[in-house]
Amino acid sequence: MDEVDKKIINHLQNGIPVCESPYQAISEELGLTETVLIERLKLLLEKGILSRFGPLYHAEKMGGALTLAAVKVPQERFEQVADIINLMPEVAHNYARNHELNMWFVIATDQSNKITKVIQDIEQKTGLSVYNMPKIKEYFVGLKLEA
Amino acid sequence: MEIDEIDRQIIAATQTGLPLTLKPYQTIADSIGISDEVVMQKIVVMQEQGIIRRIAAVPNHYRLGYKYNGMTVWNIEDKHINEMGECIGQLNFVSHCYHRPRHLPEWPYNLFAMIHSKTEEGVKRQQQIIADLLGQYNLGQDVLYSTRILKKTGLRIR
Repeated sequence: MDEVDKKIINHLQNGIPVCESPYQAISEELGLTETVLIERLKLLLEKGILSRFGPLYHAEKMGGALTLAAVKVPQERFEQVADIINLMPEVAHNYARNHELNMWFVIATDQSNKITKVIQDIEQKTGLSVYNMPKIKEYFVGLKLEA
Repeated sequence: MEIDEIDRQIIAATQTGLPLTLKPYQTIADSIGISDEVVMQKIVVMQEQGIIRRIAAVPNHYRLGYKYNGMTVWNIEDKHINEMGECIGQLNFVSHCYHRPRHLPEWPYNLFAMIHSKTEEGVKRQQQIIADLLGQYNLGQDVLYSTRILKKTGLRIR
């Protein structure tokens, strides 16, 4: 990651305009050529420095639902349970965390009533209790991390 | 606020992201069989409705050097939760801040705030700032660090 990459990452976290040639518009602001910008973006995504570039959807406003859930996984079953949970298409993120509740994941579904079904599925497949923690209120979502 | 069939197709076509082509909206339009103008119009409306939060890059925190990504959790008296949540959500190092349900007795925490720093001292300082702001309303706290990303794909809808 060089200075150009950092500039791209910092700039593109703010969001880009909707227009016919958005990369051209951004590349001009960054002082790059359009093809260099596209190539750099491809590489940043391939290398996993960017986990996504594109529209960020609000699940609930699409009529879907989102929840944060956690399980207590015995250490010797950690990888097996991670595989089961990660295989579910509704699981968007999954993180290992240093707590007795050591696996935390986000479930996103296109219909709000499907969350319960996914949780039941996970409980059945893993034999573990899922602690469901859907948001009651959102105070803030955002933040730009400087590269 | 309803999404229609075209919105749904646009969402499906951008699940892996915005196409990295010279005219990305044209690429999406071609895959659906509509005009790029309609695609752009629909996306702008979805943005106005908040269905699309923004069109942007999401970095992997770790890869930018933010090794300390803490989920701070706090036990706040219910009658003060909104006041405290609004206050903590405004801090410039908090990326997400939510009120979530407790699971008593083992999970007494109802306020979640994600913090990010490149150093351990950094997150410790951030935690202290939050604790100071919560003051007497803070009945207990913990911080969970992510030790590994097991999956990160973003939302998937059909």
